[in-house]
Parts: sequence; structure tokens; C-alpha cells
Amino acid sequence: MPDPVIVSQNLVKRYQDFVAVDGISFEVAPGESFGLLGPNGAGKSTTMRMIGAVSTRTGGELRVLGLDPNEYGPEIRSQLGVVPQENNLDLELKVRENLLVYGRYFGLPRARVARRADELLEFAQLADKATHKVDDLSGGMKRRLTIARALINDPRLLLLDEPTTGLDPQARHILWDRLFRLKEQGTTLLVTTHYMDEAEQLCDRLVVVDQGRIMAEGSPADLIRRYSSREVLEVRFGSTQNAEVAERIQGSGERVEVLPDRILVYSDSGEKELERMTAAGLRPLTSLVRRSSLEDVFLRLTGRNLIE
Amino acid sequence: MRQVSDGIRSAALAAAVAGAARTRRYGSWYVAEHRFRVMRSYAQTVLFTAVGSPLVYLYAMGVGLASLVDGNLGDNAVNGVSYLAFLAPALLASSAIAVASEEFTYPIMLGFKWNPTFFAMNASSIQPGQIINGIVISVAARMVLTCTIFYVFMLVFGAAPGPLGFVAVPVALLTGLAFGALVMAYTATLKDDTGQLAMVQRFVILPMTLFSGTFFPLDVLPRYLQWIGWISPLWHGTELSRVFAYGMPEPIWLSLVHVLYLAVLLAVGWVWARRLTVRRLNK
Repeated sequence: MPDPVIVSQNLVKRYQDFVAVDGISFEVAPGESFGLLGPNGAGKSTTMRMIGAVSTRTGGELRVLGLDPNEYGPEIRSQLGVVPQENNLDLELKVRENLLVYGRYFGLPRARVARRADELLEFAQLADKATHKVDDLSGGMKRRLTIARALINDPRLLLLDEPTTGLDPQARHILWDRLFRLKEQGTTLLVTTHYMDEAEQLCDRLVVVDQGRIMAEGSPADLIRRYSSREVLEVRFGSTQNAEVAERIQGSGERVEVLPDRILVYSDSGEKELERMTAAGLRPLTSLVRRSSLEDVFLRLTGRNLIE
Repeated sequence: MRQVSDGIRSAALAAAVAGAARTRRYGSWYVAEHRFRVMRSYAQTVLFTAVGSPLVYLYAMGVGLASLVDGNLGDNAVNGVSYLAFLAPALLASSAIAVASEEFTYPIMLGFKWNPTFFAMNASSIQPGQIINGIVISVAARMVLTCTIFYVFMLVFGAAPGPLGFVAVPVALLTGLAFGALVMAYTATLKDDTGQLAMVQRFVILPMTLFSGTFFPLDVLPRYLQWIGWISPLWHGTELSRVFAYGMPEPIWLSLVHVLYLAVLLAVGWVWARRLTVRRLNK
């Protein structure tokens, strides 16, 4: 097996009296697309910054491309592409200039940066915006420009911190498509997100992080199998009835979860559960059978108000 | 880490070291290059102030006000030279301070907070100290341009009679950077601008200009106000500037004190700004 691109062992980041990352261990193999999934404040971005060699760890071991970020910051960063949570494009420069300036930061010759910038503008579908002001771009375009900028040095590892937060569905799908192409070309991706569909789309493997700790690790399908069921039946009896009905159907499927507005029955077959319910004389106002998703895993692992 | 074999590790190391080698050496210049590109977007302002301010100030103060002063005190009004010759080297030093007060305040606030490009730079092979170096380099270049144009106008107005007058340009540069480095460091401590930068303009730069022997010699002031001049980088720069512009008599040790004082301020501000930047970018 080739050497891992990232090795994190018991990684810790502490700020005064607050522990942001509390002993995280994982490995990422070359060409793999790895996700850090978790709610806001889980410590995803902090982990990302430590891997990006811009934040000094408080404890544990970390190797990026086999090197210790404490010693080889600039060297590691020369091999990375970073897409931060907040775009930090230079608003005083034009679209293409942002790429030119950034390429120089890796010591690349001007002619090569210029050529690469044009390729990347094509890739990011921004060629016709080259001489526009950054501020005139839409949110999705800015995001694509930030990704193009991160690729200017042909990085071996691309770090994406919530790449599609705040984008509309069209923009998200275009972005996913671009990222998928990079993945096909063999770029190693590290993605943080709190969108389950994003994690399912992009990640080969992921860890669910909450309060600075890893709650679970595996492929999306793996995690669904382990922490959820194949299907989920969602039924509504009206907010006053839900709790009462839930008493009666306790024991259905693998697990029943009562939310204020609906009841979730986790089962191999949602249809069968619904039939059984109807047979027992229960008439839900609405019912929906759906495939189980990472969201269910996520809520199970990090959520509250669970009946197990 | 033991599971990473040494051979592979050294190969990865070699690739990474090669990737960062140029940036380790020239990173500060790459940042300066970036800043020049940004300055190009407001090149008109840079040129307009560089040409406009000597024209306006030398004319209004040096010619208008001078006629009043010289009319009262004679042609050798102050220090044995005309008021225009006395004033011009001070205005030259002030023009460097003006560049400093522009370039070391809002662009720093911008880079850390409003449009956090410093974080973007830091995510590449660039190191925090190089960001500061690059800014100092780019501002120095703008100062040299501004001060050289100012000096040319001094020649045109006949306000630089000494043969070593051109040395006043590097003196102004040193003055501007010495003051600017401190302002830059101060700005780097600000989490938010809730009017502090405007206060610096109003309560530091303006009084400094008034009490640094710019418009009248420091010894005209009452003794209890003269300390303002002694701590003011502008006063030290102005005095030195006069020595070169028209040969103002001054003991050599005092000239050395001027240079030393300005150099120390520059070093302190620069090192302080670099440290603050290292700390602030390492979140």
C-alpha cells in the first residue's frame, strides 16, 4: 500500500480553556477523497488548518505528505491547494490577476503561471470573466475561482473547507462536477462539510466529528449500514397525536424515533412497516418511505432527543 | 512516524523542499509584486498625490506664506535661508509620512480582516514575516517615487540649494518607514477598526506635523512642548533633511542620533509587526 498522504494520531488543538480538536486519528491514502463531517463548531476547520500547516497543533502527531507541519510549513504548503471556508480572493484585483499573483507565491515562472491561469479559467468555466472584477462574480463563480486558485500549483492534496456552503443547487452541482473530475485525475481531496448529500457525492471515506472527537469512520454506505437502516418510514399523525401513536408502535422496525412533527421508523422495508401500521388500524396523515441517508447517521451520532 | 519508510519520506521531502525553495528565498518579493499589482489599480491616486501635493504645498506654504515670513524677517528668515528653503525639506519628509499613513493602515486592516488576503498568502508557501517584508518593500517603492517627484519640484522652486540635496530623498524614505513600521504594527493589533485609524490620523499624525519643527524651528516652542519634537520621527527626519537640503548647521553627533533613532524605530516596528502577524495568522 502506498504511503498515506495524511497521518493524524491523537491530534489536539487547545485554545486557552477550550478544546477544539480532542484527539483525532485518521489516515488518508493517495488519490482518496476523504471527508470530515460534523456540525458547526465540531473542530473540522481547525483540523483542516493544522493539516494545511498554518495552525500549530497543541498535541499529538501529524504528518502531511510524510512531513511534520511544525518543521516544514512552507514545504508542505507548496504541495497543497487550499479552498478556505470564506473566499479570500483579492477584491482589488481582476479575476485572472488573482490567479497570476497566487501562482507566483509558489515560485513559478510568470509564463508558466499565465498558461496555467488560462487553463484553470477554462476548467472553472470563467474564461469569459477573466478581466472582470471579482466582486462582480456570483457566489458560485467566486467559489470556482477560489478552487482554480488552489489548483495553480498542481497540488498533490486539495483541502476544501465547506466548498458549497451558501451556494444555490445549480452552483453546487457544477462545483461537484468539477471536483469529481479532479478526483478522477487522481488528486487527493480532503473535504469538510455539514451537508450529507455532499459527503455522499464526494467522499470515498469519512469521519463524523463532534465536539472535537471522531464519532464514527467508514464509507458513506458503510456508515449507513452500521448506524442506520436500509430505509426510513416517516409518518405524521399530527403534533398532538405523534407521542401517543409512538407508544403503540414501539418495537416496529429496528428503531423508532419521535420528533415533534413526525415519527421515523428505521427498517429494512419501509413499505412493510407502513402495511403493518395500517393493518393495526393506524391512519397517518402523511407517510413517506425513503432510502436511509448519511443525515440519519449524522443525527444518530451527533443529534439529541433520540429514542433508541 | 515509523510506518512511513525513510526512502519515501526523503523523496517526498525532496519534492517539497524543491517546491518551496524559491519562495523561501524570494517570497517577500512575490508579496511586493502582488502589492504593486494592487497599487496599479489606484495608480492614478498615487501619481496625482505625488505630483499634486508638492505643487500645492510648495506653492501655498512656500511661496504664499513665505512672502509673509520673508517680508517680516528678511531674505535669510530662518536658519539663514529663505522660508521656502527652510520649509521644503520638512514638507518632503512629511510627504513620506503621508504615504506611510495611507499604506500602513487600511491595507493592513484589509489584509487581516476586511478582505483577508494575508490568510490566502499564508496558505501558500509564503511565511507571515514575508508578508510584512513585501508590504514594506512595496511601500518603500511608492515612497521613493513620491519623494523623488517632490524633490524635483523643490529643484524647480529653487528650494534645494545644497549640493547634497538629493540625499534628502533617502532621509525622507527612512523617516516614512520608521514611522510607518510602528503604525503598521499598531494596525496589526487591531481586531476591528472602530475609529482608531482615524484617531491616529487626527491625534498622532496631525499634531506630529505641527510640532516637529515643520513650519517653525522647534526652539521657538516653549520648553515643555519641545519633547514632542524629540520623540517625533518626523522631527528627526526633518532636521536631517535640512542638513542635506541647505546645509543647516548641526553637530555631527546629532545627525547620527537622528539616523540611529529612525533606524531603531524602523527595526522595532518591523520586528513587532512580523511577530504580530505570525501570531495572528496561526489560528
